[in-house]
Amino acid sequence: MSETEDNAEPAKLPLDAWHRDQGARMVPFAGYEMPIQYEGIVAEHEWTRTHAGLFDVSHMGQLLVSGADAAAALEALLPGDISALKPGRLRYSLLLDDNGGILDDLMVTNVTAEGGVPTYYLVVNGATKWDDIAHLRENLPDEITLTHLADRALLAVQGPEAATALRRVFRDAMGDLRFMQGTRFDFGEIEIGISRSGYTGEDGFELSVPAEHAETIAGRLCAEIEIKPIGLGARDSLRLEAGLPLYGHDLSSETDPVSADLGFAISKRRRSEGGFPGAERILSLLASGTGTKRVGLALEGRLPAREGAPIFNGETEVGKVTSGGFAPTLGHPIAMGYVASDCANEGTALEIEVRGKRLPATVTAMPFVPHNYYRGDK
Amino acid sequence: MARYYTDEHEWIDVEGDTATVGITDYAQGQLGDIVFVELPAVGTSVEKGKDAAVVESVKAASDVYAPIDGEVTETNDALDDDPALVNSSPEDGGWFFKLTIADTSQLEGLMDEAAYQSFVEGL
Repeated sequence: MSETEDNAEPAKLPLDAWHRDQGARMVPFAGYEMPIQYEGIVAEHEWTRTHAGLFDVSHMGQLLVSGADAAAALEALLPGDISALKPGRLRYSLLLDDNGGILDDLMVTNVTAEGGVPTYYLVVNGATKWDDIAHLRENLPDEITLTHLADRALLAVQGPEAATALRRVFRDAMGDLRFMQGTRFDFGEIEIGISRSGYTGEDGFELSVPAEHAETIAGRLCAEIEIKPIGLGARDSLRLEAGLPLYGHDLSSETDPVSADLGFAISKRRRSEGGFPGAERILSLLASGTGTKRVGLALEGRLPAREGAPIFNGETEVGKVTSGGFAPTLGHPIAMGYVASDCANEGTALEIEVRGKRLPATVTAMPFVPHNYYRGDK
Repeated sequence: MARYYTDEHEWIDVEGDTATVGITDYAQGQLGDIVFVELPAVGTSVEKGKDAAVVESVKAASDVYAPIDGEVTETNDALDDDPALVNSSPEDGGWFFKLTIADTSQLEGLMDEAAYQSFVEGL
């Protein structure tokens, strides 16, 4: 647990030495020394949008939940339709507290082998993983096994050329995955879990690899002409342009899934049946609406609005920015924030206050930059 | 003309009673891609060690401090159109503002280039 304490010495990722060799600038984040950038955020951001970037997201928690009733056990903690999730499919979901507040957002993959015990693979946020593990241990029934895959690294390869490059490295082994599908394969003696997913809005993959082989795999991938290592700085600007919320900033236990505009994560069956934490409150919010809503905001000029900046409608403060920055792809600043629901319609003209100045901002549909996911040839 | 440096990574060129202020190459490297520079208005009195400008990189906003007391007489308009000048030419075309020096004795506490270089190497 010491890794989450603020004053604790940051831990080292399996690829720590490799990042430094590649010229990364390392900063403490989520209890780890993490690469923030290599050559520069804008260059790395643009490289990912046009080619492919390798992101080390090994700070994130990789967990296995298994047991005969694993789907039902997860459904008691998450609002997703886990029992309908077929093997090899993944889904975005939320860990909720009893009030329907968001404890974490995560990806669930059904990794049940044919004829095997139902098993789900969860990827949770790095900063919350220890709390998530404690929450799961406390709330999962005794018959369900929770395993923290602490000895695995997680690498994301993101960008329009990711599939071409990976197919050259892994050949047919990775199969023909579409967005939100996963599989596992052996690369020589290295067992790799792969899913077509990520958090940049681009087509791409996440690879779970044994920590001891992480350097081999990272080096092999970056030997491809399309792939360069990319830091956390560009990961943040990419996910912001993709309109994807970041836990601890855009989401917290103070926010509910409906205000956060994550209603899609509450599956249809769960809406009618309930039975997830905070269901009563969340279902009533779905029916009657919320007081505030997460929106995208486009700013004019070049001055970015950052987290915490107040949002105004005339003289009335109607919300706050939860994440904001300069969008390299668009060439102007963008932000996400929560505003009063009557100000949340696309096109609403608002103002954001930055150091005493009011900047014009327009409520804008998200994603700010269109997603480029691979959903199969039409 | 003499050049001085602060331990907050500003440089200051002194010519007569006028000083030109910017941030060092080391500082711009640490900040990364700069997308906006907020400069003080001409006529503003700035105070040594207090905020005088703000540099916005893609990632974060950072304060720039006044290296000495003085009154701002001119700002670098080129940064409005091209804030990345701070990245490409930090210690020349990417200067921030000029001021009239209020108290020349404040210069004595600043570093010269050699002292600053060894300061940065020790970071």
